[in-house]
Amino acid sequence: MADYHWPPAEKRSLIGKRISRIDGPWKASGRAKYSFDVNRPGMLYGKMALSPHPHAKIEAINTSVAEKMPGVRGVQLILEPGNEVMWVGQEILAIAADTEEQARDAVRAVKVTYTPLPFFAQEVEPSKAGQFTKVTGEVKAGDPDAAFKEVDVVHEGTYGIPVIAHCCLESHGLAAEWSGDNLRVWASTQGVSTIAGDLSTALGHNGINVSASKIEVITPVMGGGFGSKFQSDTWGLACAQLSKKTGKAVKMLLERDHELMVAGARPSMHAKIRVGAKKDGTLTVWDSETWGNNGTVAASPPQLPYVIIPPNRRTAYTAVLINMGPTRAWRAPNHPQLCALTLCALDDLADKLDMDPVEFLKKNLNLTNGRAQDYAAELDKAAELMDWKSKWHPRGDKTPGHIKRGVGVSLHTWGGGGGPSNCQCVIQPDGSVTVSLGTQDLGVGTRTVVTMVAAETMGLPLEGVTANIGDSKYPASGPSGGSTTVGGVSSSTRRAATNALNELLAKVAPSLNATADQLEAVGGRIQVIGDPSRSIDWKAACAKLAGTPITAMGQKQNPRDDLLSSGVGGVQMAEVSVDIETGIVKVEKMVAVQDVGLVMNLKLAESQVYGAMIMGVTYALYEEKLMDSQTGQCLNPNMEFYKLAGINDVGELVVHMMTGPGYDERGPIGIGEPPVISPGAVLSNAVANAIGTRVPELPLTPANVLAALSKV
Amino acid sequence: MPKRDKTHEHESENSKEKKALGRRAFVKLIGGTSVAVSAAGVLAGETLLPKQAEAAPAEGNPRRGKVIGPGAVAITLHVNGEEKKLSVEPRVTLLDALRDRLDMTGAKRVCDRGTCGACTVIVNGKAVYSCTVLAVDAAQSGADIQTIEGLAPEGQLHPLSQAFVDNDGQQCGFCTPGFVMAAKAYLDGHPHPTYDEVKSALGGNLCRCGTYMGVRRAVVQAGGGGPVPQGGA
Repeated sequence: MADYHWPPAEKRSLIGKRISRIDGPWKASGRAKYSFDVNRPGMLYGKMALSPHPHAKIEAINTSVAEKMPGVRGVQLILEPGNEVMWVGQEILAIAADTEEQARDAVRAVKVTYTPLPFFAQEVEPSKAGQFTKVTGEVKAGDPDAAFKEVDVVHEGTYGIPVIAHCCLESHGLAAEWSGDNLRVWASTQGVSTIAGDLSTALGHNGINVSASKIEVITPVMGGGFGSKFQSDTWGLACAQLSKKTGKAVKMLLERDHELMVAGARPSMHAKIRVGAKKDGTLTVWDSETWGNNGTVAASPPQLPYVIIPPNRRTAYTAVLINMGPTRAWRAPNHPQLCALTLCALDDLADKLDMDPVEFLKKNLNLTNGRAQDYAAELDKAAELMDWKSKWHPRGDKTPGHIKRGVGVSLHTWGGGGGPSNCQCVIQPDGSVTVSLGTQDLGVGTRTVVTMVAAETMGLPLEGVTANIGDSKYPASGPSGGSTTVGGVSSSTRRAATNALNELLAKVAPSLNATADQLEAVGGRIQVIGDPSRSIDWKAACAKLAGTPITAMGQKQNPRDDLLSSGVGGVQMAEVSVDIETGIVKVEKMVAVQDVGLVMNLKLAESQVYGAMIMGVTYALYEEKLMDSQTGQCLNPNMEFYKLAGINDVGELVVHMMTGPGYDERGPIGIGEPPVISPGAVLSNAVANAIGTRVPELPLTPANVLAALSKV
Repeated sequence: MPKRDKTHEHESENSKEKKALGRRAFVKLIGGTSVAVSAAGVLAGETLLPKQAEAAPAEGNPRRGKVIGPGAVAITLHVNGEEKKLSVEPRVTLLDALRDRLDMTGAKRVCDRGTCGACTVIVNGKAVYSCTVLAVDAAQSGADIQTIEGLAPEGQLHPLSQAFVDNDGQQCGFCTPGFVMAAKAYLDGHPHPTYDEVKSALGGNLCRCGTYMGVRRAVVQAGGGGPVPQGGA
């Protein structure tokens, strides 16, 4: 049984270093082919007719005019008459035509008759939502009522964080092409190995029997998912049906308005929160009445409070049911909302206690489920990088003028770990090495990391290994969600590469008068451990394979895998300036301190954190999916009014990864999600520190800031 | 800034401003295209590329010029120094002509209405949102179109693209070609930008993954500037 472990720091030549992403040249030259870019011979373009009603019964669908329009090759009903639509933008049918313009024309010529039904599209508290609510329960621990009688200070406030969209730049969808009974799809997906099964099932329900093993999913690159691209979806099924029907390749990716209306939303969360502490800052009790919009489906009660969990607590939750496109997992599902509600309420409590919030958090780190030491170290590091002690002041910047500065702090946690993963490693007699995995690179660097792991294991330079990923024909790996990709693929790749190398060492050992376990692969050679004088060049070693390649497999172990672990913490701080005349918030500086176990590639890990902070600035300051209560329409399904932060909006960003002893031993854990959790809380807290009052609702738009100031 | 109205052509004496028509001005002007596009055809001469605007008669009969479309018309686009012959309906944007007809898919369609910059190409030396230009206009004015595919031969990397790689100015990479082309147009006129100047120059491009730190470092590197600290503002 081979011994699998990560090399110690002094023996790592690639792992933990700053290495440029290996598919970078492909992307930066514009030659990377996304699903959106696929052009197959004779390919048709699919477009969909969408419901204009937030709730209605479909009475009749007339496609007779559309079918005769120029270029139209196929029509596929998605909803039959008699069905109900539940949100604006729900798909009714799809049409394939020779050009995109012809497909759009044909969709416009479809006549759908509806009977409108009652709907609700107002983001209001449950008492104002009438029948469109559902109480989903209460979570209770300890004795909150008794605890409130024993505390010295109680703070009560309301907080909220709105629905936002994923707004992936590459919209959802795929291109499909049948060849006999086999189907190939170029899908913009987070689950290369998993959506074939999903699509096979969906096709089967619609009379097209194709086993998952006859569906190849091809996704060499994809343009953003953030949790919204795990299924083949309504449009994926319709696209494959149209391709079958027309006998041609069909590409159907969503138009931008459709993307923003239906292809991903993060649920809102609002709360009336009461918290109590002793005079010395010890938090003992939490009580929250929460409500939120999770679309037409009720969410379960949130796990509040977040990270800092006092012994006495109660959370009640009521869902407000809104006729809005469905919600989907959004990068660190629920955590940004829970974090914003909790860390803002605790920040207000610290203010009421006249405490520096960093001191308040430190006082209560024993309530963090065993992460107290990590958080303490991270708070100290963040404070140093922010120069917190000289920048923090009691609430309200008292300096004259209309520009007020303030700082805020927050902390977060995430699980991560490793998803399922299988890797095949092949060493060819010519010395070339491939690792193949049915995983995907969403832009986080998966392709680079598996290449690094294999090369490190073989003692080869990065160029010595080719990684094959992004295709379901390779050994299955799990979907990329929950920050579990790097853990899973690193483990399976390390194991496969170790197994392959061990076979090679056994072949080579006799020529070095040694046994396989006395050998190591280092610096492009195989040598007796610690003795370069008894070595053989990598190519010469592989030549001993006598024409037969080595093929070895590696699998991420379940349930426990010694190569990785789960559970991370992180601290962020922000400094803002707020113009109290215009309400405009400017991010001056943000600091992120993050632990993530063994950092595989420092450069790409830092990129993930920078990116998460920027995405965080975006949702803290700008993003909100606006629904019109009168019509049920999404008011901003475009990128002028659904705003993303630009390069000018993000201020100075400082990232510090916690690495070295105490962190490396944990193995790779996953970095995509944790750093996106705190920005809402940290920026709201910084604004409160600057202007002297809480802006209760995100985003921190001028309107929300001025509304808060007007109440002071 | 000239507004897109009938007085626009009267401002031809202000040729300096027209020649300097940058991307912002261009996009501002584009609001007027809907008039031309929503009609059955497109009025030749009623176009927005600077060359064409200057060539237009000063006094305006809005129905002047030759009507083309609504069916497909044969056009020639000058892309990366080559003549590309294709057939498009007059309503087809330069972006969709490049992507759907010429399989030049480096420029991406994201917002499709002049907001995000993912479709940025260089037209007559200026960064332009190709989703806001009609292919027939680009053809009629003989515009010199540069796309990211023309930066370097396949298999080779332009130094600016290399700088994006070196500084990790990309994640999913979908916005990256737009950033590279916007940066290229900027560097052509401002060869040695500072870190802050880059920030102003690339305000017309949006990224969802949040790659702005790497993008800024990349453009400074490509301009021969010294190393920029990680994360520095």
